[in-house]
Amino acid sequence: MSSYSGLFDLLGMREWCDEDKKPSLMSLGKLKGGEANWYDVKFPSLDNLHEACAKVPQTRDFTAGIEDGFLAIRPVLRTVLDPLTQPLSWALDGALWLFTSAPWWLLVPVLFGLCVFVTKSWKIGALVLSFLATFLFIDHYDHAMQTLAIIFVCTLICVVVGVPLGIAMSKSDRLQRAITPILDMLQTLPTFVYLIPLIFLFKITEPKLYGLAIILYAIVPVVRLTNLGIRLVDPDVIEAAEAYGLNKRKKLWGVEIPLALPTIMAGINQTIMMSLAMVVIASLVSAPGLGTLVLDGINNLRLGVGFVAGFAIVLLAILLDRVSKAALDRVNATQSNH
Amino acid sequence: MSKKVKVSVQGLYKIFGDDGASKVELVKNGMTKSELLDQHGHVLGLQDINVDMKEGEITVIMGLSGSGKSTLIRHLNRLIEPTAGKILLDGEDILSLQGDNLLEMRRTRMSMVFQKFALFPHRTVAENAALALEVGGASKQEQRAEAEKWLARLGLKGFEDSYPNQLSGGMQQRVGIARALCAHSEVMLLDEAFSALDPIIRSQMQDLLLELQKELHKTIIFITHDLDEALKLADHLVILKDGYVIQQGEPQHIILNPSDVYIERFVSDINRARVLRTRSIMKPLGGQDLSVALPVLADDNLESVIEMVHGDTSKSFVVEENGEQLGYFDMHDIVAAMVPQRAKEEWVG
Repeated sequence: MSSYSGLFDLLGMREWCDEDKKPSLMSLGKLKGGEANWYDVKFPSLDNLHEACAKVPQTRDFTAGIEDGFLAIRPVLRTVLDPLTQPLSWALDGALWLFTSAPWWLLVPVLFGLCVFVTKSWKIGALVLSFLATFLFIDHYDHAMQTLAIIFVCTLICVVVGVPLGIAMSKSDRLQRAITPILDMLQTLPTFVYLIPLIFLFKITEPKLYGLAIILYAIVPVVRLTNLGIRLVDPDVIEAAEAYGLNKRKKLWGVEIPLALPTIMAGINQTIMMSLAMVVIASLVSAPGLGTLVLDGINNLRLGVGFVAGFAIVLLAILLDRVSKAALDRVNATQSNH
Repeated sequence: MSKKVKVSVQGLYKIFGDDGASKVELVKNGMTKSELLDQHGHVLGLQDINVDMKEGEITVIMGLSGSGKSTLIRHLNRLIEPTAGKILLDGEDILSLQGDNLLEMRRTRMSMVFQKFALFPHRTVAENAALALEVGGASKQEQRAEAEKWLARLGLKGFEDSYPNQLSGGMQQRVGIARALCAHSEVMLLDEAFSALDPIIRSQMQDLLLELQKELHKTIIFITHDLDEALKLADHLVILKDGYVIQQGEPQHIILNPSDVYIERFVSDINRARVLRTRSIMKPLGGQDLSVALPVLADDNLESVIEMVHGDTSKSFVVEENGEQLGYFDMHDIVAAMVPQRAKEEWVG
C-alpha cells in the first residue's frame, strides 16, 4: 500500500475509494519495487494517488481522455475540414504531376529561365543549372522535383494566407495579441507532433495530410515578418502619407507594403527553408521526394542512400536559399541603393 | 493690416488619455498639467489656444520641446483630433469634415512639410513632389510637368529621377517643399522644417522661403524652437509654453514688451541689433531738430544703422517710409534698445 492510503482513510473516503475496485494498470513506480521510507516519499501524483485510492484517475487515463475526446470530435472536424482542404490535395497532386511528367529537357531550361528572370543574375542561373545537372547525373532528379513541387505549392499557400494575416495583425493590436501565442506554439511544437492529429484526421494516402503539416510549420515566419515589416515602416512617412490625403488602401499599397517588402521577402525566404525542413519529415506520412530516400536509408540501414539523399537536400536548400535571397536583394535594391 | 483670417483656432484643448473629454472642465476650472497627470493620469497637451492666422502671412508658432507646438500644427489638418474647441479654415469648421472630405481637405487645402522630410524612399524625387497630384488623380504628364516646374524653381533641376536618399538633407527638404507647393494649397504647414539642417543651409532655406512667399503669398504656419528663425520669418509670432499661449503678436512688439519672465529669458539671448527695426524704437515726431538727422527706412534694422554711421554716437535719425517721415530716434535710443527689457515694466526710451 502506498503512503497516501492513510490520507484517504483519515478523510473517511476509504469506502468511496474502494467502491468499484478493480485491478489497476501497473504504475511506473511499482515496477521498480522497493520499500517506502521517508527518504523515498513520493509526490502525490495522479499515479501515486491512484495506488492509494482507485477512484483517482491515472495519468494514462488523462491521455486516453484526450484521445477519446479527439476521436469524438473527429467526425465533425472531418466533415468541416475535408472539403475545405481538398483543394490542397488537388494542388499538390497537380504540381507533382506537372513536375514529374514534364521531361527534363523542358523543365530544366524553364527553371533556369525562371531563376534568371527572378534574380537578374547569370551567376545564380549557372548555380541552379549545375545543381539540376547534379541531380540528373546521380539519378535523384525525380525525387528532387517532387520535393520542389511540394515546396512550391506549400510556400505559395503560406504567402497567400500569411501575408494578409500579417498585414491584419499589424493593423490590430488585439489580433496580434490573439495570434502571437498561436504562432509561438506552431514554431516551438516539435515537428513530429504536427503529424499526430493530422494522421487521425485524414487518410494517410492523402497529400493534404503532409501539405497541412508543412504549411502549419512553415507559415509562421512569413506572418511574423509581414507584421513586423509593416509595423516598422517609418511613422514619419506614414504621417506624410496621411497629411497628403492618402486613403487607407493607397497608404497600404503605395507606402506600407513597398516599404515593408524587404522584410516580407525575408519572411518568405524563411518560409521556403522551413518547408524544405518539414517536407523531409513529412515523408513519414507518405510525402514523396528526397525525404523518402532518407527514410529508406534509416529504415533499411542503407547508409549510402540516406547520405546521398541528404546531400541532395542540402543542394536543394542552397539552391532555394540563393534564389530567394537574390530576389530579396533585388527588391532591396529597387528601394534604396540606386 | 486688416487681412482676412485664413485659419482660426478657437478655444482649442487637447488632453491625451482614455477619457480626455471629461477632463476639459477640470482644466477650465484651473487644474494644472501636473495635477491632471497625478490625479487623473491624463496629459494636458494644449490648453485654450486662440490664434488667428491671417491670409498671406507667416505665422510662427514658437516653443521649446514639449510646449505642444507640434501637437498644435497637427490639429490644423487633423492628424490629431482635438478634445474641445474649433478650427476654422476660411470660416468653415474643419472638425465637421468626415472621411473623403477630410482627405480632400488635406490634399488640396493644406500641405505639410516635415522636420525629418518624410519623403517616400521608394519613389523618385519627381514622384515624391507630385504626390498630392497623383492622389488627386492627375495624369502622369501633368504630374511630371508640375513636379519639374517646382523642382526647377527650388534649384533641383536634373534631380527628378534621383531617389531621396541620394540627396543631401537640404536638398531633401527642398523636395519636401516642392511636394507641398505641387499641392497648390493655400495653407502650408511647416513643422520644424529647417531644424534638421546645418546652420548655413538653414539660413539659405529661410531666405528661399521668404523669397517664395513674396511671389506666392501663401498662408504659412511655421513651427520652430529657434527664436532667431522665428523672428526672421514671422509676421505674427505665437509663443507657446506647456501647452498654452503665453504671448502672441508682432515679433518686434514681443521683443520690446515681453509679457513674462519665460519670454524675457528667451529674448535676452538674441542679437537685438539685427532683429529690431527702426520703426520699433522710434519716438513720435515733434520738437526734435531734424536738420542734422539722417534718413533711415522703417524696416532697416539697428545693425545696419550703426554700420551706416560707423558707430558715431552723436548722430540722430529720422525714420521714413514711402517718403513720409514717421518718427525720430538717436544713438541713445539704439543703445538703450540693446538691453533686454524686464517683463511688464514700463520701457523708458
